[in-house]
Amino acid sequence: MEMLLKLLSEDARLSLEQLASLTGLSETEVAERMDELEKEGVIAGYQAVVNWERAGLEKVQSIIEVRISPKRDFGFDEFADTVARFPEVENVYLMSGGYDISITIHGASFRDIAMFVAKRLSPMESVLSTATHFVLRTYKERGIILNEKPEDERSLASL
Amino acid sequence: MIDYEKLLCSRIKELKPSGIRRFFSVAAEMEDCISLGVGEPDFVTPWRIRDAGIRSLDSGKTWYTANAGLAVLREEICEYLNRRFGLHYEFDETFVTVGGSEGIDLCMRVLLEPGDEVILPTPSFVAYDACAHMCGAKVVPIATKAENSFRLTAGELKAAITPKTKLLVFPFPCNPTGAVMRRAHLEEIAKVLSGTDIIVLSDEIYAELTYGGERHVSIASISEDMRARTVIVNGFSKAYAMTGWRLGYLCGPRALIDQMLKLHQYALMCAPTMAQYGAITALRECDDSVEAMATEYNMRRRLIVDGFNRLGLSCFEPEGAFYSFPCIKSTGMKSLEFCEKLLESQRVALVPGDAFGASGEGFVRASYSYSVSHIAEALRRVGEFLKELKG
Repeated sequence: MEMLLKLLSEDARLSLEQLASLTGLSETEVAERMDELEKEGVIAGYQAVVNWERAGLEKVQSIIEVRISPKRDFGFDEFADTVARFPEVENVYLMSGGYDISITIHGASFRDIAMFVAKRLSPMESVLSTATHFVLRTYKERGIILNEKPEDERSLASL
Repeated sequence: MIDYEKLLCSRIKELKPSGIRRFFSVAAEMEDCISLGVGEPDFVTPWRIRDAGIRSLDSGKTWYTANAGLAVLREEICEYLNRRFGLHYEFDETFVTVGGSEGIDLCMRVLLEPGDEVILPTPSFVAYDACAHMCGAKVVPIATKAENSFRLTAGELKAAITPKTKLLVFPFPCNPTGAVMRRAHLEEIAKVLSGTDIIVLSDEIYAELTYGGERHVSIASISEDMRARTVIVNGFSKAYAMTGWRLGYLCGPRALIDQMLKLHQYALMCAPTMAQYGAITALRECDDSVEAMATEYNMRRRLIVDGFNRLGLSCFEPEGAFYSFPCIKSTGMKSLEFCEKLLESQRVALVPGDAFGASGEGFVRASYSYSVSHIAEALRRVGEFLKELKG
């Protein structure tokens, strides 16, 4: 994997100077490469990983399994594309196995999510069934363990 | 009342306790203090190795092993040294020790008589000097120099040899400088030693951690003559992130190995059994983990070296181990003073260079066995400190 991508996927806030040192490239080279990666859409965005519980915000998250019956002009891609445009939807995946599309969604309340399923998702013509699973607690988000401060258990110095 | 002072062995009493103990006990009490002081990997031992250790316990392998260690492990060590470094050792030319440190102690004890001289390139790991002292030997330090990339030069070695020289300690890749001896440099050293009776204690514990260019070359692989006069100390601590498992090994000519094994047998019986089972898996299955960790260290190495240089603390580019050794002479302070003031002002703990021998004065050791964000924060604080100094 390209080292720059690995570094940025772990910590997008590294400075150009730090990225240059870490990769052994010059700052200009790093800046140009990042520009390229952004233009090509390889880097699709930069976001903070927020621990909403710690932030004191009662966000409700759920994972919705959807089974659909693809139509001639409205297949999996068209369905996913339509769903992806709803702003409350966070992730949309095409799945193998017992259902077709997996949606993760954030809402302010259970009602929000129930309304989304009832009013927006279920009425869509190709939807055969949905199963909504509410997230009770988040332990790890995008590779980061939440609610636990990593401690260095090594002694301060060894010679 | 027993007068313990009178009873204690004078050679042990004379041993100086590490001068920076007080410094680090102050640091340990400080809240929000961050350290670049450790000499061990920040990685957890790869899970396959941990799993092998657990399985050995689950299956009840809780007895002593043979004094020399498990036969399978000794065979794997020979296979590994051949595969990774082109070294050829037979099964009975190696045995398993409790860490590399035991190997250093054993090698010195089977060779050194009171009055023998031990040539020691410095700055270097603190145990060499102490072990030699405990044998009553005289340490002849050679101060390696930044302008020579902290390598031992043939000229320096030649000048230090006397008829009493018995042992050359050869600590490369080097803690604390990060210096590495490449093949051409080793050949020069081999020329000087040829025709003498000097044995080389080659501490290769950081052999898997070299950066840029050729992999580590063992001085024992340079010639038959060098192989015949070299004892290799190695182990699992640094390469496999297994410091707490306490496992190392020695390789060398049978005549020396047999004597060291005898001492090992009386003092320690055998290395921990569980750790030996973990080590078999390490050697068989974990080349990829070793490389992944080395790649990570290499990134951090560039970050910390560039960082110090940008701050105006000129830093020699280390080619091995996981330490940087920036020069702090531009501040006009002594190493210990610099470290104490830095700790007081910014709560960053570095190790004063003179902890590794007088020639380390004017330098500090900063380990990069830490996460990128930890290193970045430490560098930021050092920068603040330097700004303060300038007023």
